[in-house]
Amino acid sequence: MKLIETLISGLSMGSTYAMIALGYTMVYGIAKMLNFAHGDVIMVGGYMIFVTLSATGNPLLGLLAAVLFCVVLGVTIEKVAYKPLRGASPLAVLITAIGVSKLLQSTAQVVFGTAQKMVNVGDLGYLSWNGLTVQISTLVTLGCSMVLMVALSLFVKYTRTGRAMIAVSEDRGAAQLMGINVNKIIMITFAIGSALAAFAGLFMLMKSPSLTNTLGAMPGIKAFTAAVIGGIGSIPGAMLGGLLMGVVEAISLTVPAIAPYTDAIEFIILIVILLVRPTGILGKKRREKV
Amino acid sequence: MLKNIKWKHYISYAVLAIATVVLAILSFSGALKSSSIYMLEKIAISIMLAVSLSMVVGFLGELSLGHAGFMCVGAYLGGKASVLLEPLLGEYPALIVSLLIGGALAALFGVIIGLPALRLRGDYLAIVTLAFGEIVRSVFMNTSTESFGGTLGLDTPRFDKKILFVIALVLVIGCLAVTQNLIRSKHGRAITSIRDNEIAARATGINVTKYKLVVFAISSFFAGVAGVLYSYSNYSVQSANFDYNYSIEILVMVVLGGMGSINGSIIAATLITFLDVQLQTHLTGDLAVLKDIFYALILIVLVIYNNAPALKGFREKYNIRKLFDRFKKHNPSSIKDDEAKWDRVPTKIQMDEVLSVDLQVSSPYTPDKSGKEDA
Amino acid sequence: MSDIVLKTENLGISFGGLKAVQNLDLQIKKGQLYGLVGPNGAGKTTVFNMITGVYKPTTGKFWLGEENLTGKSQEVINHKGIARTFQNIRLFNNMTVIRNVMVGLHNQPEFKCGVFTSIFRLPGHFKTEKAMRARAKEILEVVGLLEERNNLSCNLPYGKQRKLEIARALATNPKLLCLDEPAAGMNPHETADLMDIVRRIRDEFDVTILLIEHDMKFVSGLCDEITVLNFGTVLAQGTPEVALNDPEVIKAYIGG
Repeated sequence: MKLIETLISGLSMGSTYAMIALGYTMVYGIAKMLNFAHGDVIMVGGYMIFVTLSATGNPLLGLLAAVLFCVVLGVTIEKVAYKPLRGASPLAVLITAIGVSKLLQSTAQVVFGTAQKMVNVGDLGYLSWNGLTVQISTLVTLGCSMVLMVALSLFVKYTRTGRAMIAVSEDRGAAQLMGINVNKIIMITFAIGSALAAFAGLFMLMKSPSLTNTLGAMPGIKAFTAAVIGGIGSIPGAMLGGLLMGVVEAISLTVPAIAPYTDAIEFIILIVILLVRPTGILGKKRREKV
Repeated sequence: MLKNIKWKHYISYAVLAIATVVLAILSFSGALKSSSIYMLEKIAISIMLAVSLSMVVGFLGELSLGHAGFMCVGAYLGGKASVLLEPLLGEYPALIVSLLIGGALAALFGVIIGLPALRLRGDYLAIVTLAFGEIVRSVFMNTSTESFGGTLGLDTPRFDKKILFVIALVLVIGCLAVTQNLIRSKHGRAITSIRDNEIAARATGINVTKYKLVVFAISSFFAGVAGVLYSYSNYSVQSANFDYNYSIEILVMVVLGGMGSINGSIIAATLITFLDVQLQTHLTGDLAVLKDIFYALILIVLVIYNNAPALKGFREKYNIRKLFDRFKKHNPSSIKDDEAKWDRVPTKIQMDEVLSVDLQVSSPYTPDKSGKEDA
Repeated sequence: MSDIVLKTENLGISFGGLKAVQNLDLQIKKGQLYGLVGPNGAGKTTVFNMITGVYKPTTGKFWLGEENLTGKSQEVINHKGIARTFQNIRLFNNMTVIRNVMVGLHNQPEFKCGVFTSIFRLPGHFKTEKAMRARAKEILEVVGLLEERNNLSCNLPYGKQRKLEIARALATNPKLLCLDEPAAGMNPHETADLMDIVRRIRDEFDVTILLIEHDMKFVSGLCDEITVLNFGTVLAQGTPEVALNDPEVIKAYIGG
């Protein structure tokens, strides 16, 4: 029973990671850049939920506000900071992204202060069945993210925009020649990634109500790790990596001897997977033409 | 004979040496405030970190986000060595031995992290180094109180503050000498050739494995030494201080200084640390974070200005170097054989390459689009 | 046997199901100028990539002199004496011309100098640097780039970049020099100049040359023997006159 509870909470945490990892992996696949600021978009989403919740008391309204704000923020970041660097050295883009991440964190601190905010999204209670006790919020997280992930997969597979995204990620130049508006596709990618980040923000606040300006930093890195483990650029890979990460975390946290080293364990798994299979579990092998 | 010496190469030594001597005299005569001494210690540590990181980022062309991790190894292990050795050896020998121990153990970790660097490129390596830094930090944070202090931190011996920063500055000059001598030699050429074009470097017979390990080892050695100095400077080591934000701060120094420019890294490290300490003392509470906003904006604007393809024409028209050149008589033959230009430093982070596996995979390779092999 | 520099036996590689090169048997004699020709996609560069260690052959073996080098790494193969240039030029762009050549000299036994010798600036360091520079100048003189030695390699015109790649490969003191389309993108005047340089290199550096080229005038004017590839298999081998007039070859080029 304990194991099943652990697994469920792990899957729930993992699905939150997967939502964030999707943002990383899509941007990486399509814009060919590591959006280091992605984790901080979650944090901004968290603060939007906090603001709306204090004003209206309605968590769903909070989510809506967070999604809208994060989409605008994500697209703005892309336009202002990343788009001018398209075609520049990828290291320059990465460093700019690090700058954006710092900027978001410190701006949030100036606006909301250093003290942590408690955000109570509403207690949904527990579900007990045959000695199995699960928090309903955990199930909601798991359910919502599964729905979102399936929706995203269907979107990418069956819509014109989705197929255009695949085309851009395969070969930007060729996609452009086929009449695809690459700038628009990249913008949409950032919008989708940021919207998912806003959801992830809500799920994280449901799990633990404390909100600071570094809310997204560590989950961001872990989700990126998950995306790399799954094979960066691959949407199913990000889901798989995220879930794996969550389950490992949940199991590790229940074993007292290794619980303090949970972060370290996750990173060691990353290093081992990259050494054994540098492209991640579902990543494609590519190599430079000689 | 004197004509052949390139004076330009020695300016940084001269400036640092004069500064060290002057500051040492001021310090021994008691003219320096303790706050200035603290600042000088911090500056020396920052310069050492920035110069050693610039070797990896600017010259080898790999991105490391774990420099604070190597520093952490040096700070904890060197700090522990100093705690154990001071009663046995006395103040000065304990300092010297623990500097060596901290540096050597950090170098060992550098080699261990350098090994995946042989297989991974670009962003992947960056994320592995970041992960390494976090692992090291988390391990030291969870140690027992008796061994490394755990969450309380490790208390390290006190050292005469009036002398410590002078020692630190001398070590900075040593670090500079090692870095510059390495870069300005046949080995430096081999290292930069790996950055410029790894495939061509291999085909030219450069031992890529060896040089990557050499660079990682030397770079992390000095990060470790800086860590030991840090432990002496602060009287204690707290694992929380070595998070990836600190690695990024060091990276910012290297980037702002101009990648591939050691002197630039020195200047940027000095300025940033100076501003940092000043702002920290003058801005308090939530305002302290204004400094971070300021850095973030400078970083973004500068990187976009220096790299945006659309601004290329503008940059070439209003280049600081060009403005200086106007005052110099232009004479192409005056360029020495040894001079390399670093205006446009590429890095190996190229997205198509990132996903590529090491070229010597033993399993037969399957191209994505079969038949696209060029003739 | 001893006058055979490169020998391949049943050399082949397949990518997935695609047999890029198969059953390649070559014998290149010492001092020969050997040509590898064929239409686009015939697998010529793949052959280069196999004998320089970029790809590991899936079948067959190859020897440099008496030594089996199959499956060795790029670095080792270069040390043993096979150097190459690239079809899409790969210079060290941020280095001056002379430094590019000096990287090529890096592993020569006469320029040995340890990392610590350089770091501590022991006398050996200065001696090595001076000797390397002098040798690099000699090599640059042969390819006609001595005057350009202090320019950044990326600022050179295309033709000179190709020559610099040849100089860099030569600096590694190879027994076999592989040139991948050395005349691509050159005008007729430059091509003629290059032919002289290639001959001069063969004579002065005592090196055997294997080259890929599309310019048939270049090939027939320069090469002693050629192999024609198509779809990864050998169509014809022999002197340029014989091989290029082979009906199979004409069919492959003109279409049949």
